[in-house]
Amino acid sequence: MYGNDFSAPGGGSDEAPGGLLGEVEAAEAELRAAAARGRRGGPAPDEDLAAYFAEVVDAEQKIEPRDWMPDAYRRTLIRQIAQHAHSEIIGMQPEGNWISRAPSLKRKAILLAKVQDEAGHGLYLYAAAETLGISRDELVQLLLDGRQKYSSIFNYPTLSWADVGAIGWLVDGAAIVNQVPLCRCSYGPYARAMIRVCKEESFHQRQGYEILHTLAHGTPAQQAMAQDAVDRWWYPSLAMFGPPDGNSTHSAQSMAWKIKRFSNDDLRQRFVDMCVQQAEVLGLRIPDDDLRWNDERQAHDYTQPDYDELLRVISGDGPCNRERIAHRRAAHSDGAWVREAAAAYAAKRAGQKETVAA
Amino acid sequence: MTEHTPLWEVFVRARRGLSHTHVGSLHAPDAELALRNARDLYTRRQEGVSIWVVPAGAITASSPDEKDSFFDPAADKVYRHPTFYEVPDGVAHL
Amino acid sequence: MNGPFDFALALADDALIAAQRLAEWTTRAPEMEEDIALANIALDQLGAARLLLSYAGEVEGAGRDEDALAYLRDDREFRNALLVELPNGDFAVTMAKLFFLAAYQLPLYTALAGCADQRLAAIGAKARKESAYHLDHGALWVKRLGDGTEESHRRMQAAVDQVWPYTHELFAADPAAPVDPATLRPAFDEVVGPVLAEATLTRPDSGWAPGGGRAGVHTEHLAYLLAEMQVLHRAHPGAQW
Repeated sequence: MYGNDFSAPGGGSDEAPGGLLGEVEAAEAELRAAAARGRRGGPAPDEDLAAYFAEVVDAEQKIEPRDWMPDAYRRTLIRQIAQHAHSEIIGMQPEGNWISRAPSLKRKAILLAKVQDEAGHGLYLYAAAETLGISRDELVQLLLDGRQKYSSIFNYPTLSWADVGAIGWLVDGAAIVNQVPLCRCSYGPYARAMIRVCKEESFHQRQGYEILHTLAHGTPAQQAMAQDAVDRWWYPSLAMFGPPDGNSTHSAQSMAWKIKRFSNDDLRQRFVDMCVQQAEVLGLRIPDDDLRWNDERQAHDYTQPDYDELLRVISGDGPCNRERIAHRRAAHSDGAWVREAAAAYAAKRAGQKETVAA
Repeated sequence: MTEHTPLWEVFVRARRGLSHTHVGSLHAPDAELALRNARDLYTRRQEGVSIWVVPAGAITASSPDEKDSFFDPAADKVYRHPTFYEVPDGVAHL
Repeated sequence: MNGPFDFALALADDALIAAQRLAEWTTRAPEMEEDIALANIALDQLGAARLLLSYAGEVEGAGRDEDALAYLRDDREFRNALLVELPNGDFAVTMAKLFFLAAYQLPLYTALAGCADQRLAAIGAKARKESAYHLDHGALWVKRLGDGTEESHRRMQAAVDQVWPYTHELFAADPAAPVDPATLRPAFDEVVGPVLAEATLTRPDSGWAPGGGRAGVHTEHLAYLLAEMQVLHRAHPGAQW
């Protein structure tokens, strides 16, 4: 299970993420198997802790919250899981933008449920990060202060209803390709959170694909809307996999720690290969004149996204960075009086109970 | 930001005949809200489940194969969350 | 006028407009957990609205489905009570609206579950459980805000003062309806009174009782809400989504 062993891409709308979902199941089975294999007890009193840690990771066992771990491993995980959580929370905004205008009641219900799921995923991930010894409040503050990042993709605007479909198909599709290997991350709480997230995300990708499929087979105006959305979201989705391997600062160490299992470029290639066939079924064009099958590589050649743009967006100059953070800050500060009231009420009640008990 | 909202551990009985299993954690100012939030977050209102919420601070963890003493901030908080074991299946997406 | 059609439509529109307003909170709630809770309640209301609209369309027999009724009627054709279309305001106003609406919908759906019309009875039986949860959630927050801090008390009292007059319309008598709303008032008062008292809140004693929603005469707010809700659907007549 540890090679580049992605199963074949799914076909049409019904099973777009099918192969990947199978991998999630496999990761879950593996998690149980590793637990069942039993593990040696904690390190002996005089044992080298770093060697013990390496042994556990090499044996494909999970590192759990109170195990000893290198400080850099802990920092890397906190940064990565927090960014992941922030992405879920900020990622609610672009799609949330269309809940009020969803064009049918069924679509409204599905979109609302989807955006709600993202809030849930954010909470699972914050909880996983908290097991590393940092509080959610601290992490939220880091986000609001701009000291921790979130996925660059959510700094692009949703201009039409078709964008909701394109986000589901391309953005959630890319996220799943990225996340499925994380189900086998060496850190137990993160791996378990990702298994749950990935299972729920498969529905997200399907609903997006279905929206685009309906639009692409609808009126000329709907078809144009769908193509326009794919044109705008294609390259930002490719950029979601991060800079090319040569420029990726964290990759090598993360791979050694088994936090990360595949390189940015491998995952990006995998995503492109999946999308080509799915786009054909949709009847939509991927906006890349140089996209073609390379028989020698057994993969598609494709045009790289504009990594300078990616860096600009990450550093805060995307179309919506300022709005997204301002929105989050406003929700946080507008809600402060409510959180204070709940805390005050809880304190009063606790006080009353003590009085009664005394 | 002055005071942290307490952390709660959530246990769910997915079906009759099964014991409560830890599913994750959440933040809430008091037990009543913790229970409501747990229902929304971890069961999405499945019928027939039973939920326990326990203040994380009230749990004392024994970790036979983990070395408590090597993790400094662990003294007063539970960082031993076996988060997301055995999720109750059938969470409704729609 | 078609009795069951108007009745089902009034209930459906209450639920639909309440859902639309609650969904506006998505990404804006005071706490992330509350974002999820409000979305849950919005989804419940939306689900009930869809069942009721579909049923209303069948009763009418003119070929209108849930979307035709939701997206292609103008504000004068909507039959919801004014309470649900009021803007969200701050979290206290939203909780006042949620609490009062649930305290009305719970006995309403409970009575509906026992009515002679089997379809309405089935919808009532399903929605009743959801309303109980909404009521619980609304009451929980009314108490916390009312008896929390000085500021939250001030805001919650202002919210009750603002929203309370709109509750009277919910109980306007309609003896011919499957459930006469006037009969629900005692159950409403029984629930609302103790919660407000525990929350250290008072009811305004003004006799002002705005109404007109059931006859399609709304506040200025509804047309804006509908303009946003319907814009995309109406821009592509006949399209499938």
